[in-house]
Amino acid sequence: MIAIKNLKVNLGDFLLQSINLDIKQGEYFIILGPTGAGKTVLLEAIAGLYPVLEGEVWIGGNEITDLSPEKRGIGIVYQDQALFPHLSVEENIAFGLKMRKRTKDEIKSRTDAIAEVVGILHLLKRSPATLSGGEKQKVALARALVTEPKVLLLDEPLSALDPETRERMQGELREMHRKIMVTIIHVTHDFEEAITLGHRVAVLNDGCIAQIGTPEEFLRQPSSEFVARFALSRNIFSGRVMEIEDGCAVIDVGGTRIRATTETKGEVRLSIRPEDILVSREPLQSTARNCFQGVISSIADRGSVMYVTVTLPPDFICIITRQAFDELRLRKGVEVWITFKASAIHVF
Amino acid sequence: MAKMTGWKKPDSMSIVFILLGALILLFIFAPPLKTVFSSSPGTLWNTLLQEDVYSSILLTLFAALIATLIGLFLGVPLAYLLARRQFQGKKFVEAIIDVPIVIPHSAAGVALLFVFGSNFLLGKVLHSIGIGFFGAFSGVVIAMMFVSVPFLIDSAKEGFKAVDVRLEKVARTLGASAWKSFFRISLPLAWRSIFSGSVLMWARGLSEFGAIVIIAYSASFFGWNTKVLPVLVADRFDFGLDYTRPVAALAILISLIAFIVLRSIAYRGEEA
Repeated sequence: MIAIKNLKVNLGDFLLQSINLDIKQGEYFIILGPTGAGKTVLLEAIAGLYPVLEGEVWIGGNEITDLSPEKRGIGIVYQDQALFPHLSVEENIAFGLKMRKRTKDEIKSRTDAIAEVVGILHLLKRSPATLSGGEKQKVALARALVTEPKVLLLDEPLSALDPETRERMQGELREMHRKIMVTIIHVTHDFEEAITLGHRVAVLNDGCIAQIGTPEEFLRQPSSEFVARFALSRNIFSGRVMEIEDGCAVIDVGGTRIRATTETKGEVRLSIRPEDILVSREPLQSTARNCFQGVISSIADRGSVMYVTVTLPPDFICIITRQAFDELRLRKGVEVWITFKASAIHVF
Repeated sequence: MAKMTGWKKPDSMSIVFILLGALILLFIFAPPLKTVFSSSPGTLWNTLLQEDVYSSILLTLFAALIATLIGLFLGVPLAYLLARRQFQGKKFVEAIIDVPIVIPHSAAGVALLFVFGSNFLLGKVLHSIGIGFFGAFSGVVIAMMFVSVPFLIDSAKEGFKAVDVRLEKVARTLGASAWKSFFRISLPLAWRSIFSGSVLMWARGLSEFGAIVIIAYSASFFGWNTKVLPVLVADRFDFGLDYTRPVAALAILISLIAFIVLRSIAYRGEEA
């Protein structure tokens, strides 16, 4: 559907180069990278808003590398939404249709239709300045979608939102994508966001694509140090909510029953930060709801802290200080207990 | 900036600064006010009815308006380029724009004659198609334009800079050509700055004396042979202060009223 071949872009301080992507029709594609990796510029280069040094951009079998942005049929939504402040919500959404010289009736009906899909029908007469972050984001989405772009580019669309709104918008994005099936390229620096939303994920680092794969491939075999660091920053598991017990969901992860405070049901992914796990030689008497016995299967020395992998299964990565590591006389093959609170589990 | 709430006992620095500030305000405001009120309304009205006075007022207002319109047409595109593009020698271009502000205006008048005078360069070409500048309405216009257009360009540039470039980018992806994105997004959003720059330019044009007195001490304008207001004021001064005072008062009044009206339009709807 959209193919990027050997793209090279000058970012001033460094180059984006050898960017090769082949994205399928209707795919939700994520580009993951740290802040300052050139993610926004890459999107702008695809949209024709930023000059390309070398390489080609193809959409549906046509090369569009030199096509001006208004002729590409690529929509973009920025992190800060970039709503036109002098136009109402309705005029913002209608802008693209007006540029295409559609009739008044058509503009009206299509504006209303897309506003309904993203759930902002009640906001049409408002001025963008009066909207909340989440509402602005929906308006920006509607404005891009109403022109029925072949590809929709999302530039950190959730980063400017507060955590609650972000989580809700994640769900709504997925829902919207299911309804409209537009091809999406979404850039983010958030690993969880990437593996939650993406059919496939490409990792951008040092101006190159470090790895492309499905979220599962990422979790199982991060192919580079950089991706591994992303993956290792969280313990991420797939599981299934079995039952609700005493207000806690019991989630089966590879045979281990983990308790978490969530209302999500069915198949879920969950994560816990390595620093939130306590490691001990004996089972701990505490208020924490999760306490399991396992075996240390590997140890990585990172200077002042140690990364200890405890296998139950699954594998939990735990971070402990060197001092604690020495006092507990931990080494490979030792049986230990790990303890963490139900509220430390993030379910998504 | 935080708003002042409630009464706070002023410290010694605030007191000194407020006193000094009041002094300079008085210095700025007292002379024009005194001039305006030293002539009775009747005198002002009678002065206004003199042919050389009202023709002069019309010439001045109209020439400044034409200068501003030309300034808009030629200056706004440059302001946009300066706000959006990075290029070699940009600092130099920006310095050139402010040159009219720093050179003496009578010298500017001479310099303009060098280019637009009928014996020189561009002037020769224009003269051959019937456009003369020396002692002509068009001479008044170019003199006003030269000394006042930097205000418009600088203000418009700041206005465009304040428009998020992403708004234009989004407009492009939504199907707007570069032209449409300029006219639908950038221009409306920068309009307030452009307009207030125009007001400044127009007001600065109205008050120009030095450059005009060289190029067009008097100009033919709708059958009158008349002078711009600042020149008229200086002219009458040769015949004594009493003779010039009502004209000066009128010049001040007209400029102030126009300035206040236009500024209130520019800031309409915006909170102070």
